[in-house]
Amino acid sequence: MTTILRHIFLANLWRRRLPTALSVLAIALGVALGLAVQLIHRGALDEFERGVRLLNGQADLQVLAGASGFDDSLYARIAQLPEVAAASPVLELSARLPGSRETLRILGVDVLRLGAVNPSLIPEPASAEDAPDLLATLREDALFLSPAAAKRLALKPGDTLTLQAGTEERQLRIAGRVPAAGVGQALAVMDIAGAQLQFSRIGVLTRIDLRLRDDRPPAQARDAIAAQLPPGLTVLPPAQAANESLGLTRAYRVNLTMLATIALLTGGFLVFSTQWLAVVRRRQELAFLRALGLTRAELWRGLLAEGALLGLLGGFIGAVLAYLLAALAFAAVGGDLGAGFFRGLSPQLSWQWLATLIYLALGVAAGLAGAWLPAREAARTAPAQALKAGDEAEAYRARPHWVATLGSLLLAALLCILPPLWGIPVFGYLAVLLILLAAILALPGVTQVLGGLRFGLAFATGPIPQLAQARLTAAPGQTVVAGAGVVASVALAASMAVMVDSFRGSVDDWLTRMLPADLYLRASDSSASGFLAPEQIAQVRALPGVRDIYPVRFDSVRLEAGAPAISLIARRIDGAGGLPLVAGHLQVTDTDRPPAWISEALADQRALHIGERLELPLGGDLQSFIIAGIWRDYARQHGSIVIRMDDYRALSGDALTNDLGLMLTPNAEPEMLMQAIRDTLGESVSEMILPGDLRAMILTIFDRTFLVTYLMEGIAVLIGLFGIATTFAALASSRRKEFGILRHLGLRRRDIGRLLGLEAALGALLAVIVGLVAGGGIAWVLIEVINRQSFHWSMDLAVPGGLLAVFASAMVLLAAGAARFAGAQAMRQDAVLAVREDW
Amino acid sequence: MTRHRHPRLPHLLTALLTTLLTAGILTLPGLAAATDVGNFAPVTPDRALSFPRDFGAHPDYRTEWWYITGWLTDAQGRERGFQVTFFRSATGIGADNPSRFAPRQLLLAHAAIADPGSDHLRHAERAARVLPPLTGAEPTDTQVWIGDWTLRRTPNGGSSEDTYRTRIEADDFAFDLTLTPAGPPVLNGQAGFSQKSPNPQDASHYYSRPQLEVTGELRLVATGNGSEKGKGNSPAHRVTGRAWLDHEWSTAYLPEQAQGWDWIGINLHDGGSLMAYRMRRADDSTLWAGGTLLRPGQPKRVLGPDEICFTPRRHWQSPRTGTRYPVEWTLEIDDLRLRLRPLMDDQELDSRRSTQTIYWEGAVRVLKEGAAQDSAVETKPEPTEIGRGYLEMTGYWQRQSSL
Repeated sequence: MTTILRHIFLANLWRRRLPTALSVLAIALGVALGLAVQLIHRGALDEFERGVRLLNGQADLQVLAGASGFDDSLYARIAQLPEVAAASPVLELSARLPGSRETLRILGVDVLRLGAVNPSLIPEPASAEDAPDLLATLREDALFLSPAAAKRLALKPGDTLTLQAGTEERQLRIAGRVPAAGVGQALAVMDIAGAQLQFSRIGVLTRIDLRLRDDRPPAQARDAIAAQLPPGLTVLPPAQAANESLGLTRAYRVNLTMLATIALLTGGFLVFSTQWLAVVRRRQELAFLRALGLTRAELWRGLLAEGALLGLLGGFIGAVLAYLLAALAFAAVGGDLGAGFFRGLSPQLSWQWLATLIYLALGVAAGLAGAWLPAREAARTAPAQALKAGDEAEAYRARPHWVATLGSLLLAALLCILPPLWGIPVFGYLAVLLILLAAILALPGVTQVLGGLRFGLAFATGPIPQLAQARLTAAPGQTVVAGAGVVASVALAASMAVMVDSFRGSVDDWLTRMLPADLYLRASDSSASGFLAPEQIAQVRALPGVRDIYPVRFDSVRLEAGAPAISLIARRIDGAGGLPLVAGHLQVTDTDRPPAWISEALADQRALHIGERLELPLGGDLQSFIIAGIWRDYARQHGSIVIRMDDYRALSGDALTNDLGLMLTPNAEPEMLMQAIRDTLGESVSEMILPGDLRAMILTIFDRTFLVTYLMEGIAVLIGLFGIATTFAALASSRRKEFGILRHLGLRRRDIGRLLGLEAALGALLAVIVGLVAGGGIAWVLIEVINRQSFHWSMDLAVPGGLLAVFASAMVLLAAGAARFAGAQAMRQDAVLAVREDW
Repeated sequence: MTRHRHPRLPHLLTALLTTLLTAGILTLPGLAAATDVGNFAPVTPDRALSFPRDFGAHPDYRTEWWYITGWLTDAQGRERGFQVTFFRSATGIGADNPSRFAPRQLLLAHAAIADPGSDHLRHAERAARVLPPLTGAEPTDTQVWIGDWTLRRTPNGGSSEDTYRTRIEADDFAFDLTLTPAGPPVLNGQAGFSQKSPNPQDASHYYSRPQLEVTGELRLVATGNGSEKGKGNSPAHRVTGRAWLDHEWSTAYLPEQAQGWDWIGINLHDGGSLMAYRMRRADDSTLWAGGTLLRPGQPKRVLGPDEICFTPRRHWQSPRTGTRYPVEWTLEIDDLRLRLRPLMDDQELDSRRSTQTIYWEGAVRVLKEGAAQDSAVETKPEPTEIGRGYLEMTGYWQRQSSL
C-alpha cells in the first residue's frame, strides 16, 4: 500500500502542482492566522500574569479601592488586625512623561515591608564606589526602574527622569534597579512617602497587600478584614483581582480565535474543491486501478491521505508563518493586537508546543475534511460505470438540500437565543458555522431555481450563454465545487464589513455625543498623576473666548465588596451632546435622589434596570442614586456610571478635574485660545486637542484595533479567489473532450474562452449572492449576539452597500478572468487531439 | 554609618544593617558614608541627664539604642544567653514631607538566644519606619516597639522600683521577660557623657541598668521540625536570670582608624557591675578604651583609656569561616584580674548573606584569676566565678571597614 500510496496518490499532488500549492497555501493561511493570534495572546497573557504575580508577590489578600485610592489611615488599622501577619502599603500610579504619550507605572512602596510580602519588588541601589548611600531607597527623589523600563526609557542609574504630577513636572533621580521584576515588566519602584509627596497624593493608598497568619482560616480572616473596610473598598485574593483584568481580554481573544478558525474552514472548502476536481479528472484512472485490484478501502484511504498531506504541509507552513507573524506583531503593534489591553508589557515570543500541535492537527483535519466527500464519491463509483466516456458529468449531479438548509437555519436561530457560556458567545459562533453550512447546502437548490428562471439573462439567446446556462443547470454540483470557497469567504468578508461599518458608524456617533465641546484640555492621559485644580479651572474659564466649560472627573468604584471596579464618570449632562442613551431619559424629575446613567455593560452584568436604586461609595460613604437611563459606552467594557458633576462634587468633596471641555464664543480662534491656555498653565504639561483631531485619533485607534479583522477579510477574499482560479483551471482541463467536440461543432477558441468565463461569472454570481445573504445573516449574529454577549455593547446596523456592490462585482469579474486565464491551457489544445482521447 | 564607634555600636549597626540589607535597602559599602551631621543635635558634656525624660527616645540625635543582654536559667537549670536591641536612626529624609510614611526615623530590633544545647545562635530582626501605632519610640519614657516586638519601662513609684518588659515573637523562638533593676541608672563617662576617641566630639550620652532581675517565659521551636509546628505548640520555659540594659544616643561618628572592637558588660555576683570597651587598631593595639566599675559599698569608678588592659588568652577557630577569635580574655583593671570564659565557644554570628560580615557575640562567665596581687582575694587552684556578662568582638574575620 505504501508504494501505491506514494506512486499513485501522493505523486498525484505533485502532478497538480498549482492547485496543490494553492490548497496548501489556503490551509497555511488559516493555520498561520489562528496560531499567530494564539501565540500573541499567550505571550501577552503570560507576561501579564507574570506581572500580576510580581506585583502581588506572596500576598494572601489585597485591600483595594477604585482608581482614586483610599485614606492611608486605614493601613495602620488593617496592619494591626490579629489576622494579619504582614501588611504592605502600595500607592500605584502611572505618570506621564511630559511631551510624549508615554506613561510609566510607578509603585510607591514601603521597602521595609516588602520583604515579608513581595520581595521581588525590592529595589537595588546602584553601587557608587565613592560615596555610597545606605538610605538610597528611602530618598524622596529616588526612582528604581525595572530592567524593561530602563531599557524602554533608555535610562541608567544617575540619570534624571522628568515626570508629570498634576500640571507640574517632577525631576526624579534613577537610583538603581528592581532586579527581580522580570524582563517584560516596565515599572518603577519608589518610597511610598516620596511617591505621595511627588505626585500630590499625600494620605492616599491604592492597595494594601496582606499576608495572613497561618493559624486562622483564610475565609474567616477575610471576613474579619472586610468588616473593617469603609464602603467602596474590598478585600480580594490576588488571583481574583487579576481575573478582573484577564476577563476583559478573553472575549477579544476568543473572538479572534474563532474568526481564524473560520478562515481555516474556508481553507478546508478549498481542499474540497481541488480534491473533488482531482477525483473527477482521475475518474477513469481510478476506475482502472480498481479494475486492476485496488480495493475500495485502499482507494478511500489513498484519497484521504492526499487531503491529509495537503493539510499537514499547510499546517507546517502555517505554523512557521504564525511565528513570523507573531514576532512581527510584537514588534509593530504590541502584544494586545492594538486593542490596548496590555500597556506597559513587553511580551516575549515563546515556543508553544501544545498550541502549535493543535493548529497542525487542525490543518490536517481541514485537509481530511476537505478530502472526505471526494474520496467517498470516488470509492462509491462503480469502476465499470466510471470507465465509460463522458461519465464525469455524473460527479456534478447534486440534489437540492432544502430540508437540511432550512434545518440548519432554524437551529442557528435557536442558538442565537441562548445565553453565553462563561462569558463566551459559544452558541453565537455555532450559529455562524450553521449559517455557512446552510449557505453551501443551499447552493445546488439555488442554482436549479435560478437555472429554471434562465438566470434572468435577457441576452441568453446566443449559443454561448445557452451552453453556459445549460451546463450550470445540468451540473449544479459544479457550482458547489467551485463556489463553496467563494460562499464561505464572501460570507465572512461581507459579515465583517457590515459589522465593522456598523461599529465604526456607531462609535463615530458616540464620539460626537461624548465630545460636545469645541476644545478639550487634559492634564494627562494617565488618570492618577494628572489633574487640574479648581484654581486652574477658574483661570481657564476667565480667558477671553471661553463661553462655557465642561469639566470631567474619572474615578472608579466597587458596587460591593468583591465586585470588580467600575468606572465612574462625573460630567455635565446638560447642553450639547448629552449622553448616547439607549434607554431612559436625560431629564429627571425625581429630585429625591440624584440620577445616574449606567452603561449597557453594567446593565447586562448586574441586571440593573431604569428606576432602580444604585448605591455608590463616594467620599467614604454609600450614596443613593436612581438609575435614570442606560447609555452606550464603547470605552469601558467592565461597566461605567455617569453622574452629574455637581452631584459628584457635593457628595465626594473632590474638586479636581481630569478633562476639561471648553465651549468657545462664536468669534474665538481655537489656536489663539490654546496658546493662551499654554501661557496660563505651562507649556508642556497639559494636552490640548480639538474634538475633530481627537475623533480622528480615536478612529485611528479603532481602525488599528480592527487591523487583524481587516487582515482576515483580505485573506478570506484571497482564499475565495484561489478557489475560483483552481476550480476552473481543473474544470477546463477535465472538460478537454467536451471543448474538443465544441470546436468540431464550429465554436472558435475565443468562444470556448467566453463560455468558460461566462460559466465562471454565473457560478461566482450565484456563490456571491448566496454568500452575501449568508454574510448578512452572520453580520446580524455578530452584532446582536456575539458582540452583545462578548462586550455588552450594542450598535446600529449599517450596511456598506457601495462597498459590498463593488466587492461583489469584483469577485464576479475576477472569477470570470481567473477562469478564462486558467482555461487558456485547455483552449490552446488541439481539438482533434482532445476528441481522439476517447477512442 | 558609624565605624568602630564604640563597642555597642557595631552590633547594633550590624543588626540594623542585617535588616536593611535583608530588605534590600543597602549595599554594605554604603555604610561608611557619613552624611551631614549638622541637622542633628550634638553630644556635649554640659547636657545633664534627667530621668525619667532621658529613659525615652531622643529623636533629635542621629542614633540611639536600648540594648539588653543577659543570662537565663530554666526550671531544669539549663542556662542560655539572650539579647534584645531596639535601635533608632534619624535619616534626615522627609523633614518637610507631610506624608505619614515619611521615613524621618527608622526603628530596628534584633533578638537572639544563645543555647548551648543547640549548635547555633537563634536570631531574628525587624526594621520599620516610625509610624504610630505600628512602630514607635516614645520620647517621654522607655517605650519602643515594632509591631508586637516591644520594650517598655513601667515606673513603680521611685526609679529604683521600676521594671522593664520586653516581648519578642520570632519564627524559632519567643520570649516575654520582665526585668527589674536593683538600683538607679548608672551614668557612664562623665555623668553620662561617654567619650569614644581622643577627639571629645566623638561621644555619646550613655547610661546602663546593670543587675536586672529577670523573670518570664521563653519558648523555643525545635529546629528542623518544619515550620508548620509553630510556637504555639512548643513548651514555655519559666526562666529567671540576670541582665544588663544599655541606653545610648549619639550623633557624631569616629574616623576610620580601627580594625574592630571588644566590649563587655558584666553583672558581678556581689552586686557590682563592670562595663569596659576598647577600640583596636589593625595591629591589635588599643586606640581608645573606657569603662565603668561599680563595687558594693564603693563609689563608682569611671575608667579611662590607661586604666583597662585587655589580653587575649585562648583562641577558637570557627570551623565554618576559619576566623580565629580570642574567646577567653584576661581583663586587668588596676589590681583586679578577671578571666572571661564563654558559655560556649561557638557564638559566632555569620551574617555574610545580609551584612556581609561575621562577628562573635555571646554570653561569658567572669572568673577571678588567682595571680592577683590583692591580698583580699584568696588564692585558689581553681578560679572562682564572680560574675556573668556578654562579650562582643568584631573585626576578626575581616576589617569592619564597612561598619
